[in-house]
Amino acid sequence: MSMTRRHFLLLTAVAAAAWDSIIAGTPEAASSYNASNHWYGMLINIEECIGCGSCVRACQLENNVPDGFYRTWVERYHIEDWQVESPTVDSPDGGKNGFPELKETGGKNFFVPKLCNHCADSPCTQVCPVGATFHTPDGVVLVDSKYCLGCRYCIQACPYGCRFLNPTTNTAEKCSLCYHRITKGLTTACCENCPTGARQLVDFKNPKDPIHEFLKTHSVQVLKPYMATKAKVDYYGLDGSVR
Amino acid sequence: MKDLKDGGHLLRLAAVFVVVFVAFLIARAALVPKGFGKYGHYRPEALAEAMDKPLHYAGHEACADCHSDIVEVKSTGKHKGVNCESCHGPQEKHVEDPASVVPAKLEATSLCPRCHTANAAKPKNFPQVVPEDHSGGVACDTCHKPHSPVIEADTAEVKK
Repeated sequence: MSMTRRHFLLLTAVAAAAWDSIIAGTPEAASSYNASNHWYGMLINIEECIGCGSCVRACQLENNVPDGFYRTWVERYHIEDWQVESPTVDSPDGGKNGFPELKETGGKNFFVPKLCNHCADSPCTQVCPVGATFHTPDGVVLVDSKYCLGCRYCIQACPYGCRFLNPTTNTAEKCSLCYHRITKGLTTACCENCPTGARQLVDFKNPKDPIHEFLKTHSVQVLKPYMATKAKVDYYGLDGSVR
Repeated sequence: MKDLKDGGHLLRLAAVFVVVFVAFLIARAALVPKGFGKYGHYRPEALAEAMDKPLHYAGHEACADCHSDIVEVKSTGKHKGVNCESCHGPQEKHVEDPASVVPAKLEATSLCPRCHTANAAKPKNFPQVVPEDHSGGVACDTCHKPHSPVIEADTAEVKK
């Protein structure tokens, strides 16, 4: 039988399908950690934060974050009486070494720890042209630094300013919610080192997690809810002036 | 081939398509990482790579395995919620090799004020002092034992 064009084209399609399955490879052995049983977030209690900067230092040591860049940081809000709409915010060295006493006295003063909100509808993953930033099945937004181009789209897209370009690798970097720790059953470095318990790692899929009891009796808020990012970092006691 | 009597140009066009298609397949195989899309629009190995990053902080449960005496003292005091490495720093290396990696001694004069220096933005119920006025340079651990810092509780502990 001589090969007609019809047969040849049909064969090409079959060959393409076969090739696709060959390059996909065989699945690797599954580890004991089952990501689909978890859905991580964080609870931050503003009324407990003392602005000591332990979280910032711990994050920097745990994740080798370069100096001058922060995966988590602490902001201090100072609101003069009758100036609720225009707070003064400062964060010297990301709050790493604490905060010097303010010159202005009075008004309302408090600390706001910030980090990646691990949004369920994250703008950063949507803009990545190559799929180098992604959602894990347990709700963590990660950056694949081996695959990142360094195009900075995600840095611009994040409404919370949580991303930066690592100056040594030239790839985007952000809080990984200590993925190497939480998948081993540990808490994140920032939560481990928070002396007042103002930061708590939360597993929304774990029925025994204290978050469920907390949410029954407390009102929490996320940052910039109008961005509809479905942020998973819940703030308790958040002031309306916080942006 | 009688049907394709005047179809030479169609064959040539088809050949171009085939060449382009094969070139596309080769380029795709070379450029798309292995297994891309298995769990989502990303490299599946990236998950394992993120999990395999080295630990620096061992976690308070690892400390409690050996230092249960200190954990007990701490559990009754005001610092019960403060995890070991919050003051002692990252100790994963000490956990791996307790004999040769010994944690550094801490300097209370600089360590305690990190949390307890008075600041208007701190919660009002948090114990805070102006260190110079409070102790005049005397090290905090002269009076307060860091694992259970209230002075009364502390003397009871010494008497035991």
